[in-house]
Amino acid sequence: MTATATVTLPRAPGLQAGAEAPGHGEGGPASTLVIVAYGFWIFLISDIVMFSAFFAAHAVLQMATDGGPGPRDLFDLRRVAIETACLLLSSFTCGLSALGSEARRMTWTQAALLVTGLLGLAFLFLEMREFASMVAAGAGPQRSAFLSSFFALVGCHGVHVSVGLLWLGTMMAQLFVKGFRADIRRRLLCFNMFWHMLDIVWVAIFTLVYLVGVAR
Amino acid sequence: MFGKLTINAIPWDQPIPLVAGAVVIVILLAVLAWVVIKGHFPYLWREWITSVDHKRIGVMYVLLGLVMLLRGFIDAIMMRSQQALAYQAPGYLPPHHFDQIFSAHGTIMIFFAAMPIVIGLMNFVVPLQLGVRDVAFPTLNSTSFWLTATGALLVNISLVVGEFAKTGWLPYPPLSELPFSPGVGVDYYIWALLISGVGTLITGVNFVTTILKMRAPGMSYLRMSMFCWTALAANLLIVAAFPLLTATLIMLALDRYLGFHFFGNEAGGNMPLFVNLIWAWGHPEVYILVLPSFGIFSEVISTFSGKPLFGYRSMVIATLGICIVSFVVWLHHFFTMGAGADVNAFFGIATSVIAIMTGVKVFNWLFTMYGGRIRYSTPMLWSLGFIPTFVLGGMTGVLLAVPPADFQLHNSLFLVSHFHNVIIGGVVFAAFAGVSYWFPKAFGFRLYEGWGKAAFWFTFLGFYVTFLPLYVAGLLGMTRRLQHYDVAEWRPWVLAAAAGIVILAVAMVCQIAQLVLSIRDRAALRDETGDPWDGRSLEWATASPPPVFNFAFLPDVRGQDPYWAIKQRAIETQQLAAAGEYQAIEMPRNSATGFVTAFFATLTGFGLIWHIWWLVGLGLVLAYAGFVVFAWRDEDEYAVPASEVKRIDGERRRAREEWLKRRGGAGEAA
Repeated sequence: MTATATVTLPRAPGLQAGAEAPGHGEGGPASTLVIVAYGFWIFLISDIVMFSAFFAAHAVLQMATDGGPGPRDLFDLRRVAIETACLLLSSFTCGLSALGSEARRMTWTQAALLVTGLLGLAFLFLEMREFASMVAAGAGPQRSAFLSSFFALVGCHGVHVSVGLLWLGTMMAQLFVKGFRADIRRRLLCFNMFWHMLDIVWVAIFTLVYLVGVAR
Repeated sequence: MFGKLTINAIPWDQPIPLVAGAVVIVILLAVLAWVVIKGHFPYLWREWITSVDHKRIGVMYVLLGLVMLLRGFIDAIMMRSQQALAYQAPGYLPPHHFDQIFSAHGTIMIFFAAMPIVIGLMNFVVPLQLGVRDVAFPTLNSTSFWLTATGALLVNISLVVGEFAKTGWLPYPPLSELPFSPGVGVDYYIWALLISGVGTLITGVNFVTTILKMRAPGMSYLRMSMFCWTALAANLLIVAAFPLLTATLIMLALDRYLGFHFFGNEAGGNMPLFVNLIWAWGHPEVYILVLPSFGIFSEVISTFSGKPLFGYRSMVIATLGICIVSFVVWLHHFFTMGAGADVNAFFGIATSVIAIMTGVKVFNWLFTMYGGRIRYSTPMLWSLGFIPTFVLGGMTGVLLAVPPADFQLHNSLFLVSHFHNVIIGGVVFAAFAGVSYWFPKAFGFRLYEGWGKAAFWFTFLGFYVTFLPLYVAGLLGMTRRLQHYDVAEWRPWVLAAAAGIVILAVAMVCQIAQLVLSIRDRAALRDETGDPWDGRSLEWATASPPPVFNFAFLPDVRGQDPYWAIKQRAIETQQLAAAGEYQAIEMPRNSATGFVTAFFATLTGFGLIWHIWWLVGLGLVLAYAGFVVFAWRDEDEYAVPASEVKRIDGERRRAREEWLKRRGGAGEAA
């Protein structure tokens, strides 16, 4: 790498830095794509740390039902299974959109994104119904510390999904207007990572909150 | 229409906050009027408010931090004078006002003084030391700053509109829950910290990415300056710890706003959960502040000893070791909660392990100076003052880390003295060392040495006169946060501490005089070469102040202390390295995104604090609109033409060549 290290071309951070510059070791600044994706990864890790605090709170409080309903009285695993299926499928279609964007196929990409969004909406709809039925049955977040931690953790994930949908809509509009520009593709990549991260968190919620809760 | 906000939110019956608030408002209005009348606003908007240049953002961070340091210091003066007067007497501050002052003092000093100064110095220095032109995400960097400023603004609004938290700087439940803190004080705390916390988190992401992915060619990890290493460690800690603060404050907000039961007394709420979560953030936070401070001292001690840093690799290992172990010591903040002897023992031992790694660093600094030709300039004085002060604070810390001793000392003034000992001796001394060290680089002229040295000696003396007596008072059983007391044995020590704060006030005056007089005489203090301290790292390779693009050519790094090597080569050959062919440089465009986002965040935060729900909704909708507008932007870069690069770099080269000639003429004696 020392040969390339003597390059004296003026380079703005991560701009024209060629693909040969990996950004580690001695190669000089990495490409914008690497920087953006890497930074977004770091952000996602921090987001997972935030979720971990809610998981920890739930772990501490899950037995604190205060004489009220517990997981077994409240959780309908069939509905949660459908929610899970929606979200996992949406991750798959999100991956398809990434393939479409690699192949520069507008219709394919947009269709995959649209299906992703619809599945996300379905997930949110089911979650809302679950929340509403629990609140109607007197098992809202004010009922007990267990329910507080449940609503906060699952709701936090739900808020993430909602924000993701807002982002998705914006991205689809941008893609439509601006086409497969480099910055748009970088953002699609970040959206993909975000959406898959939400899936990972949901798998943890499904296991630790619902399955373990009912099994107790 | 205005939620809980009424005209009575302004404390008409309390003259102190009212007068203080009025003075601040008058000063603010006067400054604003001056800016508008003199026609400086377009300049401010173009060159500072919308700037995404890491150097400008760094300067604004430091400025914010210094102003807030002054505010926090005024709180300190009030607390010390209250206690001096309140022996068998009520003093001049009513209890609830006193509670707000110590809460505001801690909150402001940590979040809005220490953090901005440390982050500001990282902003200014890290890209320069890495030999690159900006951070990874310049616009987000500006957003970070303005969100931090939003938090500071909200805390200061609480001075006149409503009240601040009366819970201490960490709002332990159940006191911070709605039944016991029905006012808006805790809400101000929550939203100010949540908003500024987002800014800090973005900073963490930004700098981890910058340091790991954007370094000059040849800048391998083990060639990075120690400040970059400590900045990396601190930002890793930010990424890992700040989300915990965010989550904890969200839980507290849910308890207060929507009747959740995370931490309350009823329905199974769990108070120790809050204490664990907040300190799982809070202890790493200590190292977020002090690790970059260690970095500053490393740079300063190496430069002013004229030697490379001793034990560089052991320093790196110690830094990263502290970074990791700092996550398994949080329980030492509440040994008395009753986790049991085995748990307490684990955390006590982990805490002592950190002292070992810090000890490694202290010896490295001492050996760096050993055999060096030491120059006693202001930054070096701060560094020299730091070593004994921090060692003392570290030793009382190890004492507190022993659980049986902690049961005696918990929540006493001994503890208060300990953490002021490490934070003032560590972070504040580092802040002043860093500011006086890099000031010439940022503005192109030095600070007056005399005033700087006077400020150091008064601070050094004032610190010991204030806090050594408080150690004694703590050992005599005086607990923290007392609005009044009637134990005769404490009184002399409290009075001594009050005398100390007078000395610290003199130091503060010296600092202000230093700044004002240096600005007045800036022509005489001009730094022509860009290398006023005979520096070793890359920031000294560029001009003072550096051009917007930092380096006309990305430096070619071939070892540690890269600028030292470049300089020695130039001295040996009596000429600068040949310039290549100048080319246009693409730089990120200015962006109002950060400012606009922060503006809406302020609206949203204020609405949330006072339950003005339409304002909350409006703020969020507009924030989303702002996001879309920003995302829609097509041109986010502009080119600095090659001729301009050549002109700017030519000036730098001329200055260096003159210096080289002067130096060559003076021979080796220089």
